[in-house]
Amino acid sequence: MSERIIELRDIKKSYGQVYALGGVNLSVDRGEVVGLIGDNGAGKSTLIKILSGVVKPTSGDILVRGKPVTGWSAARSRDAGIETVFQDRALAVQQTIVRNIFMGRELTSFLGWLKVNKEIEEASRLMREIGFTSKVFTPHSIVGQLSGGERQGVAIARAIYKQAELIILDEPTTALSLTETAKVFHFVRQVRASGRSILFIGHNIHHVFDIADRFVVLDRGKVALTADRTEVKSAEDLINFMEDVAHPGGLPGLHGEAEQRA
Amino acid sequence: MSKVMEPDLQTPLGRTRGQMAKESAKEWSHPSNHWLRGFVLDNRAALGTLAVFIVMMAVFMIANPTVFTTWYLYSSVLTTLPVALFVVVPLVFVVTCGEIDLSFPATMGFASWVFALVVQAGFDPFVGIVAALVTGTLLGFMVGSLVVYGGLSSLIATLGMNFLLRGLIQIINEGKSMALTGLADSAAYKIFSSQVFGIPVQIFWAIGFVVFSALLYNRHRFGAQVKVVGDNPDSARQMGIDVKLVRVKVFVFTGIGAAIAGCFSVMINFTWWPTAGDGYLLPVLASVFVGGTPTWGGIGTVVGGAIGAVTVSFIQTGVVAAGLSGFYVQFFNGLIIILSLLGHKWNQARYR
Repeated sequence: MSERIIELRDIKKSYGQVYALGGVNLSVDRGEVVGLIGDNGAGKSTLIKILSGVVKPTSGDILVRGKPVTGWSAARSRDAGIETVFQDRALAVQQTIVRNIFMGRELTSFLGWLKVNKEIEEASRLMREIGFTSKVFTPHSIVGQLSGGERQGVAIARAIYKQAELIILDEPTTALSLTETAKVFHFVRQVRASGRSILFIGHNIHHVFDIADRFVVLDRGKVALTADRTEVKSAEDLINFMEDVAHPGGLPGLHGEAEQRA
Repeated sequence: MSKVMEPDLQTPLGRTRGQMAKESAKEWSHPSNHWLRGFVLDNRAALGTLAVFIVMMAVFMIANPTVFTTWYLYSSVLTTLPVALFVVVPLVFVVTCGEIDLSFPATMGFASWVFALVVQAGFDPFVGIVAALVTGTLLGFMVGSLVVYGGLSSLIATLGMNFLLRGLIQIINEGKSMALTGLADSAAYKIFSSQVFGIPVQIFWAIGFVVFSALLYNRHRFGAQVKVVGDNPDSARQMGIDVKLVRVKVFVFTGIGAAIAGCFSVMINFTWWPTAGDGYLLPVLASVFVGGTPTWGGIGTVVGGAIGAVTVSFIQTGVVAAGLSGFYVQFFNGLIIILSLLGHKWNQARYR
């Protein structure tokens, strides 16, 4: 069995009286692409925030490489080799590309002084590596001047800088053009080829189906299905399953539509 | 479907670093990226303030050429300007961080009071300076913690702290000042407050402080994190930056700056007044914004703030020296602030 990068055990999260997550188990192994899908309000975002340390779970255990962690935080999550590309990209739009790539992880020499040249060089390399370059912007360009796809590129460059073992992509293809989406897919395959893992969250089930090795369907704060790629024949299977979960009685209209599309 | 869309990327992850860096350097060098153009673009707010200052000085000089050729005028500005610089610069950090600190005048008063007490008790002024710095640090930490961990609006909370601390000073001292006659003979006075070739030595310390702070702002992790926190605190948090700690640190920095300013102001006059620092509130705030640091946080300029401070302190001296009555000072202050803000509006693109 390959190494388990991270494991969540019986994670619960409540906001006041409302349970966003009601006991979720989730694990990601080395070198696999896990597709996390679920309807709006299923708890995907909350789960991502817990994994990335931004939100603390109400109860449950987090295990990194088999060892339980205490004092889980965003900084600890990054130190453990987990990088997240958030849906809103988490960029500071008035800052340069360099400052965004090294946000929270500045390259410093003695006493915290920045290694400015090293940062520029590394930023150039990263942006080139993932194919988000242009003759129009430089590492000193302000992120607010970039297009949506270019901003996504900055967020991804930041995630791959430290050779993270697990990269979480939260809705990475939302609001991107076809070529930009293709770039993101290409990137996911590159990462898997280099033996690292990805947790891919998407609303577009076809996108997730194309790319993931394993699917986790979340519904109303619980894992409704975990399935390997071999167990699922087509994206339509997943869609049907999700509809069944959402409407156990069955909605003939919706089903008919899905079958027609298939 | 997705295979068809796959772009033809020539650089997979496996390439060597050196090769990549060279290629990317070529890719990214823009023909118009001349160093001078870059410098002007990076510092356009500060340069704009400098232009306003030069125009203002030219007007004063034309109005009264003889006064503006006497050294005494400049000497007096160079004596009082440093006091303002020591608080203007930390305030640039505070404003960049998306906060404001109106409690620095009281911190100045409080820290310089501690300095005066220690000196009056017969200790060396150096001990007094250290005691003042400790006081400033603690007060900054207190104010910062109140704002950050108490979750209060910095505008209101620091205003409250300003009244509170000043009130405390007044209650205990009952409005009495403290004369420190022995100060003039001390080594500390010679180092921090004497003259070198007719130039007040304070200005050298202030310039050193501005240079150090500009480096801290642009070339240090602290400055980088202050900017990111002011720009987008949520992103900073998501990237593992301790946002609250960064915010408290900027208030501590202001406290330290205010303590230094307080000591210098006492050493200029050999006297501590219970109102020490009060007159600096509005000119210092004006300097920060005249200097080109916008109000919304995320960006700013330390050098611009320093130029702003020079501009504001020359208005006071310059208006009177130009032969106008003191009543014009406020009018010119206001005029410069409005003109500078109009100028910066064209300079600063806002992305939110």
